[in-house]
Order: sequence, then structure tokens, then C-alpha cells
Amino acid sequence: MNAHVAHHFDNAEQQFATANLGMWLFLVTEVMFFSGLFAAYTIYRYLYPEAFHEGSRHLDIVLGTINTTVLLLSSLTVALSVRAAQLNRRKQLVWLLVATIALGAVFLVIKGVEYGHKFEEGLVPGSSFELRHPHDETFANSSRARQVELFFAVYFAMTGFHALHMVIGLGIFITVLVLAIRGTFHSEYYTPVEVTGLYWHFVDIVWVFLFPLLYLVA
Amino acid sequence: MERDYQREFTFSPPQAASTAAEIDWLYYALVGMTVFFTLLICALIVTFMVRYRSTARLNRRIHVSHKRLLMIEIGWMLPPLAIVMGSFFWGAAIFFHQRQEPADPLRIYVVGKQWMWKVQHEGGRREINSLHVPTGRPVVLTMISEDVIHSFYIPAFRTKMDVLPGRYTMQWFEPTQTGTYHLFCAEYCGTDHSKMIGSVVVQTPEQYAQWLESDEEEPAASRGRRLFQQYRCNDCHTQSEDRRGPPLANLLGSQVVLADGRTVTADLKYFRNSIRNPDDQVVAGYQTVMPPYPQITEDEILLIMAYLESDAAGSGSGRAVQGGATDDAAAPDNQPPNQPRNGQSRDPQPGSNNQQQPQEQQQQQGEPPE
Amino acid sequence: MAETVPRNYLNADYSIWSWFLTKDHKRIAILYLISITLFFFVGGAAAVLFRLELMTPKGDLVISENYNKLFTLHGIIMVFFFLIPSIPAVLGNFFLPMMIGARDLAFPKLNLLSWYVFMIGGIISIVAILAGGVDTGWTFYTPYSSTYANSQVLLAAVGAFIAGFSSIMTGLNFIATTHTMRAPGMTWFRLPLFVWAMYATSLIILLGTPVLAIAIVLVGLERFFHLGIFDPALGGDPLLFQHLFWFYSHPAVYIMLIPAQGVVSEIIACFSRKRVFGYAFIAFSSLAIAVLGFLVWGHHMFVSGQSATAGMIFSFLSMFVAVPSAVKVFNWTATLYKGSIHFDTPMLYALGFIGLFTMGGLTGIFLATLAVDVHVHDTYFVVAHFHYIMVGGSVMAYLGGIHYWWPKMTGKRYPESWGRISAILIFVGFNLTFFPQFILGYLGMPRRYHFYADEFQVLNVMSSAGASILGIGYVFPLCYLLWSLRYGRPAGDNPWLATGLEWTTPSPPPTSNFLETPIVREPAYNYPPLGDGEGDTLRQEKIRRRRQGEWHPTQPPREKVTTP
Repeated sequence: MNAHVAHHFDNAEQQFATANLGMWLFLVTEVMFFSGLFAAYTIYRYLYPEAFHEGSRHLDIVLGTINTTVLLLSSLTVALSVRAAQLNRRKQLVWLLVATIALGAVFLVIKGVEYGHKFEEGLVPGSSFELRHPHDETFANSSRARQVELFFAVYFAMTGFHALHMVIGLGIFITVLVLAIRGTFHSEYYTPVEVTGLYWHFVDIVWVFLFPLLYLVA
Repeated sequence: MERDYQREFTFSPPQAASTAAEIDWLYYALVGMTVFFTLLICALIVTFMVRYRSTARLNRRIHVSHKRLLMIEIGWMLPPLAIVMGSFFWGAAIFFHQRQEPADPLRIYVVGKQWMWKVQHEGGRREINSLHVPTGRPVVLTMISEDVIHSFYIPAFRTKMDVLPGRYTMQWFEPTQTGTYHLFCAEYCGTDHSKMIGSVVVQTPEQYAQWLESDEEEPAASRGRRLFQQYRCNDCHTQSEDRRGPPLANLLGSQVVLADGRTVTADLKYFRNSIRNPDDQVVAGYQTVMPPYPQITEDEILLIMAYLESDAAGSGSGRAVQGGATDDAAAPDNQPPNQPRNGQSRDPQPGSNNQQQPQEQQQQQGEPPE
Repeated sequence: MAETVPRNYLNADYSIWSWFLTKDHKRIAILYLISITLFFFVGGAAAVLFRLELMTPKGDLVISENYNKLFTLHGIIMVFFFLIPSIPAVLGNFFLPMMIGARDLAFPKLNLLSWYVFMIGGIISIVAILAGGVDTGWTFYTPYSSTYANSQVLLAAVGAFIAGFSSIMTGLNFIATTHTMRAPGMTWFRLPLFVWAMYATSLIILLGTPVLAIAIVLVGLERFFHLGIFDPALGGDPLLFQHLFWFYSHPAVYIMLIPAQGVVSEIIACFSRKRVFGYAFIAFSSLAIAVLGFLVWGHHMFVSGQSATAGMIFSFLSMFVAVPSAVKVFNWTATLYKGSIHFDTPMLYALGFIGLFTMGGLTGIFLATLAVDVHVHDTYFVVAHFHYIMVGGSVMAYLGGIHYWWPKMTGKRYPESWGRISAILIFVGFNLTFFPQFILGYLGMPRRYHFYADEFQVLNVMSSAGASILGIGYVFPLCYLLWSLRYGRPAGDNPWLATGLEWTTPSPPPTSNFLETPIVREPAYNYPPLGDGEGDTLRQEKIRRRRQGEWHPTQPPREKVTTP
């Protein structure tokens, strides 16, 4: 079985190195994309520290921790899947990819549950946002309430874009899985597994930053 | 002296403020530098184009050693660096001066909204789309927007500053030449941005004083009082024992003790914040019961301030209240901080049982807010 | 007697699908060429309309709302759909692989995708125009854009957002290609300066564009979901948008400038017949501008309510950007010294670039100088400054590059006299249009003004008159370049006798560029040394062409009977 070397490359090594470089460059752009959101987070947290404490208390630490574990685990399965491809172990590769996709799906389901809770509690920013205070009827209109709403705007923007990147990642993994089942990958050619794995690690790292900043503030 | 712009062609607007001349000097220095370098480069290019055109027969041998090359390259980096640093320091010096609030200024308040300028002078005289100022004294404009970002630009003074929603911005100038000058909005703000213009009328101090007196409209203070009643501020901010909000007479310029122990000066920014975000800076001894009042416009805040500053609200004549700088009539150590009603109240309350502290007899005691 | 034309990238396949599904970087470059030309004329038409309106102080032609939509359209289209892509997506796509000796870019399918993404962004923006237009200015300042504007902000934002991805894909492709696909012997310091320029530009694209993306997305979310990120009434900060926006948009102007400088380096070398003076310094200047460009965005915000300290820091840093640009101008001028200068159309554009860029760059110092900027910020001074660089600079360099490489891309030569006339017309029209605007700015005329004070009329009329000349100047190349496709003289492999790997291939090149991978053994710009006497190689070639009657734009070489 030969590696498929595209006509404009001289050899498989050049093609692999280029694909890797391309994915790293793409990840640089993703870092810059998220950095805008981190900048907004930093500025508003600096301006409204108590509101951020309070907003963070409304987030479910248990679910967040489970999600973090799930995602870290999925990075492990991804790394192992690349190794499996390198060692020509097709079956292992396939199962590890399945595991990764399953773990990613678990993450998204839990996220969906969390979002559902926020919706019920009236914490989705916008016209339906309502921060209720047990002892104070006028609290909902106060500036503190608006600042907490800002926290949630940042929360939904950051986790929402993260989740979007995960959905895209899962979509790509499904394609890679199909190719793996068909036996496209072997020790001479496993580039898609490698670069998708890189992307997935990045998505994981973003979460590793998001989790403490959003959930562990209080 | 007014200038007839239609007939005269100039390269710069009239110099009507104290910093205008210096800025023009800097500008023309930069123009000279630009002309010099542009002509230099163009002259060199044209010379080389002609002298070394391909049809010319001459010796084109060059030998430049590597070291020479390096020296040339470093060499011609230095003059541009020196020039731009010079420009930076000169410009920064003027800018720094422009951003320091001057001592003892005349304070004028500006509210921008799509698509007009509302101006309120100390003492309450108001105007729309025009700004009367006297010569010979620094003027501080405290500005805020009701809606989008605008910019208050007076070319003749060489000064502009963006006018933002949600917070006050400041610019100052000292007019030096009487006349009428352009006022432009200089930050695109929607459909009639180019119609959000007006006149800056620089007068002598005597003319200005006369103009201030010649107000034919309802005084700002009485409009402010009506707003005070309309928004029912006096429901909570009363003189009685069970009032729910601190009394507001003599508020502006005074020191206020907050619930968290800090002491702040009750300037315009504090006053506005108390209306927009009442739970932000709660006064010691009071509960967080005041709701925000988003329906009170920026303009109305200034009117209510005019009322509180005026005789009707129980203090002296309107005095400066912005930026923490209180003027002589209300120096911080003369003005005791507001005390909660549980302790000894130091507020002027003719007709109540509380003692009046000696310091406060220095000020005229008028009627408390009704 | 028709010669059989050899197989090249143009005639390899004539079907429509072979164009729309091509992976050939050269065809993709042509697709971009056609699209950005269309966008240029759309943006230009808007300019014609509002320059016409500005002949009189009052509004006669259009109502204010539509005037505001016209200048917004002009800005969005010219920045995102013309200037940002122009040189990289047309000339970069076509020539970067060829210049380094590669058969294509690193990711050909990504390249094609970038064009489709560009077109989708463009179509959405056109839809935004047709659906009523946007009136926020291309800068989309909040809270006007996020809360108050009643125009198609969302659609226009989506269009710009999508176009940004096209840009990122191109930049990513260029960096990967330059790193991994250089031909044997093509070391970094043998690369043409155009490649260095593309590389530096791509770095900016990669680091800056995503921040614009997030800024636009947040505006869209705020508009759609009534969030409060930029709305002070809800605790947000309108200045945050400005920081995010300018963090990209300042480097963006270097995305528009550095490629132009790369083109100018190529042209100056060829038409002076010698190596560019200070090659390494020009290469490093491109990188320096790219890096410094990220540190100075706050100079757009001196009077925004930003702190005075921040203003001072940004002013100080902005001053340093002058130095690498000055270095380039001096080096190009020094290249002319003891060169052998030819005045073909590309050279006229390149020389015009140097003069106009010098002026534009120097007026940037005015804007970086704090006290002066307070006066001229948001006036026509700024408009004049950036048009000197973007139009007097980038557009002229782009046209110079198009003319320089036209023979290689199309296999045809354009009519040289028309080329020169147009270059001069554009130069004159340009100066007439924009020089008066410097004066207008210092006099105090603000930007984006539909109505203006009466005393500004004379200068406005001058500017509009110049614009009409400029407009005609732009139409000429459109006409004669198209004409040359059909009637132009066959170009030959290297009509300019230039160095560079792209000139070693036939014109137009075959689909795979090189039949054999080139091996590079010489430095860049390895022109034969100029001595004294017979004239440089291009001069000799021109003499030969004149003798053999090959100078006319269309006539095939006459069978000249030479007397023995």
C-alpha cells in the first residue's frame, strides 16, 4: 500500500510535514480567535469581580468537572489512536476513534443539559434574562443583575464557540473513522488522524482554560 | 473679530485658543519635514531616472563593501528615527498639557444625542447647538452622550474629544480670540451626523456675563426641581427621620461615607452613578432600596444637578462639582461628611430638632429639598 | 500561419467545470482577478456617486441616509473585497509557487475553497447592499452598529466575517508553502523579495484576522440577542469593540501595504537591471513592519476616551513603524543609482508608488503625533493619508504588478503607450483628488459628512474633478488589457529579461509550472553587472525588437528582408 502523495509534493515526508505545519498554523488562528473572548472576559471580570463570583456560583461544578474529565480522557484516546495508526493496528485505531467520538458526544450532551438548566433558571442573556434574589424584588433591575447578565453573555459566548468547535471536530472524526474502517490508514499514511488529533488537543486545551475561569471563580 | 471664510483662503482654521498656535507650529514643522523628504526622494528619483536611463552611456560600475553597506543602512535609519522621536515628544508634551484638568476652570456640561448638542453652563443657562465661552479663562467641558458615540470638535481650538454613552469625558481649552467658530460632531453617529453642528461663540468676559444673565427660558434649576418632583425623588430623599435615602441638599461637592467604609467626593460622576447604578455606592446607614432610573436622561441628570446646586435646594450659588475638585466654598475639611440619620445629623434642617454644626453656618442655609 | 500553441494552464481544458473545480493556483488566481476587478468597480461606482454629491455643500443627489450607505459600501468593498485580497490572492497565488520553484501551493483544495468562501462573503455583502445597505461606516463602531443602526448590519457583518476566512486560508497556505516547498537550493535569502513580502503579510493575516472575526461575531450576537457586551446601558463597554476592531484593522493596513512593497521591489530590480540595494534589510523590514503593526492599534483611539497614558504609549510605538518603511524607500531609491533605467509601464507605477507612498507614510507621522491627531482625527486629513497609501500606494503597485506579469499570465503583451498614458493619468488624477483633502482636513472638515460648511467647497470641487480623471484612468487598463487578450502580441517566455524562476517557464506557463524541478544556484536578482558601454540586456533586446519591427502592440513580426 502506498501513501497517496499529491502531485505537487515531492514525497510523502514533505506532504506529511506540510500537513502538520498547516494544522499548527490553523491552530494559531484559533488561539487568536479565542483570545478576543478571553480579552472580553478579563476586562469584565476586572470591572465586576463580585458579579463574576455570583455568576460562577450558578454554574454546576459537578457537571463541569465531569466534562473536563471526559474531554481529557478523549485527548488520551486520540493520542492512542494516532499511535495505533503508526503501528498499523487498524482495529485498535477504529475503537479508539469510536471512543473519542463517544466521549465528545458525552461532553456535548452534558453541556446541553447545563444549557437547559440555565434556560429554565432564566439565566440566558437577552430579553428573557432574570436574576432573581430571594429577599429583594427590585434586584432584577439592579446594576449587579446586569453585570451578572454580562457574565452569562461571556459564558455562553465562550462555551458556545468551544462547543461549536467540538461539533466540527466530531464531524471530522466521523469522516476519519469511516476512512479508518475502510483501511485507508497505515504506518506510512495516517496524516488525517494526526492532524485531526492535533485539532482535538487544541479544543481540549481551550476547555482547560475555560473551566477554571468560568466555573472555579467563586 | 469675525472672519469671512467665504472670501479668504487659508490653510488652517483661525487660532482661537491658547494651544492652537503651538499645535499649528508643530503641524507646519511636520509639513516642512514632509515637503523636504518628499522633494528629496522625488528629486533623487528624477535625477537617477534621467542620468541613468538605459539609453545613457556611462560608467555604471559600483563597488560597495559589505561594511559600507551596513553603515549606509544603519546610517539612514537614524535621521528618520530622530525626527519621529522629536515629533513624538513635542506632540506628547502638548497632549499631556491638554489632558491635565486646569485649576479653577469654568465648567460647562455637554450632552450629545442624535443629532444635537445640549449645553448647560454653571448656574443653569442652557443652549442648543451652540457654545458661548469667555476669553481669558480655562473652560472644562464635561460631556456625555444619550445614545451613540459622538465627538465634540472645535477646529479653531484644535481640540476634540469623543462623547461616550455611559461615562463622562472631558476636554478643556482657553479661548483667546473672540468670534464665532465652527462646532462639528466628529464621530459618525448616524443619518444626520453632518447636521450635528453648531457655533462656538467666544465673547469677552463682560459679554459672556451679560449673556448668562439674559436667559429667557425657564431656568435650569426650576426645570430640575420639576423633574425632582416628577420622578418622586422626594419620596425617599426627605428631611424626616424615617427617610429612606440620604438628604440631597449640599450634596454636590461634599464628602460622602459609603456603606463599605470608603469616603468619596460627591461629584457629578458620583451623582450620575447613584441614579444609574444605585446599589454601587450605597451611603452608610442606608439600605439598598433605590431602584435604577434608566428613564432619566443624561440631560435631565444635569438639570436635577442644577436644581440641587441652586438656591432653591438650600446651598450657595451654583458651584463646580466635577472631578473631585471642589472650590473654595466647599473645601473638603469645611464640609463634614454626611452622617446617617441615626447619629447626629449635620444636614441643614431648619425647623427640625437637630443641632446645626458651627461649620455649616458659613454657608447659606436655604430650604431643604421639598 | 498559425503556430500550434503549446499546452498551458489556460488551454489545458476549456470546460466551465475545469475552471470552477480547478486546483491549479494559476487558475484560482485568475478567478480572483476577475472577481476583485468586479468588486473594485462596484466600490469605485460608490465613490463616483459620493464625490459627485460632494461637489456642493448641501445634499442634492441623495438623501443623507443613502450617502451614509454609499461611503460604507465603498469602505467595506474596497477594504475587504478588493485591497486585502488583491495582491496576495491574484499575484501571490499565481507567482508564489513559481517563484520558489514549486508545482503548486501546499494546499490546492484549500486555495479553491478560499475563493468560494470569498465569493460567498462577497455575495452576502452585495445582498446586504441590495436589501437596503449598511450605514455604519466600514468601522462598525458600537453602540451605533450593535444597538441603534436600522440597516443591514448583520448581513454586512456576516459578509465581512466570511471574507476573513478566505483571507486566513490564503495566508495559511502561503506560510506552509514557503516553509516546505522551496525548490532545492532556494534558501531563504535567495527568495525574491516578493516572497518575503507574502510571508510577512501571511503572518499578519494569521494573527490578526481571527480577532476581527470575534469582534464582528460579538457585534452580531449583541444585535441579535440583545446582549450587553458593548452597550453601556447594560454594563458593557463600547471601547472594547474599538480595541478588538483596531487590533486587527491596524495590521490589516499592512496586509494591504506589504504585498505592494513586494511588487515594487520586483519591478525596480527588473527595470533598473540590478539587484535591489539592501536586499536583507528590505526582507527584514517587511517582518519588522508586520510585528510592529500589532503594537500600535491604539493610535486610532487617541480621542476615544482611552487614557492619556495609553495614548502616549501607542504614539511612541507608532513612531517606530516609520523606520522600516523609510529604509525601504531609501533602498529602492539607491537601487536606481547607477542602474540602467527603463520606463516601461510597470516601472512608472513603481516609481509613482515610491513618491506617493513617501507622502502617505510621512503624513502618518502627523497622525501618530498626539497633539496634531487630536485636531485632525476623523477629518479629511486621515482620509487623504490612507488613500495616499492605499490608492497611491497599493493600487498603483497592484496595477504595476498586473502589467509586469501580464505577459507571463496571459502570454500576451499589452500596448505599451496606452499603459504609460494610463499610469500618468492615474498619477495626476490621484494627486488632484487627494491632495486637497489634506488641506480640507486641517481646516477642520470632518469625515463622513454629507453636508459640509460652505468654505470647504472649492477644495471639494478640486477633489471631485481629480476623481473623474482618476476614474477614467482606471477604465483604460480594463479596456486595453482585455483587448490584448485577443489582439496582443505573443509575449514569449521572458519579455522583460527578468531574473526569477517564474520567467524561466513558457508564457502562459504549463499547468505544473516546471517540467523539471529547478535547482537554484544563484542569488536573487542575478542580473549581469552593468558596466559601461553597450547597454543592459533589456536595452539590447529592445533595440533588436525595434529593428525587427516587433515593437508594435499587435503586428506579428514582419518577415523583414535584411540586406546581406
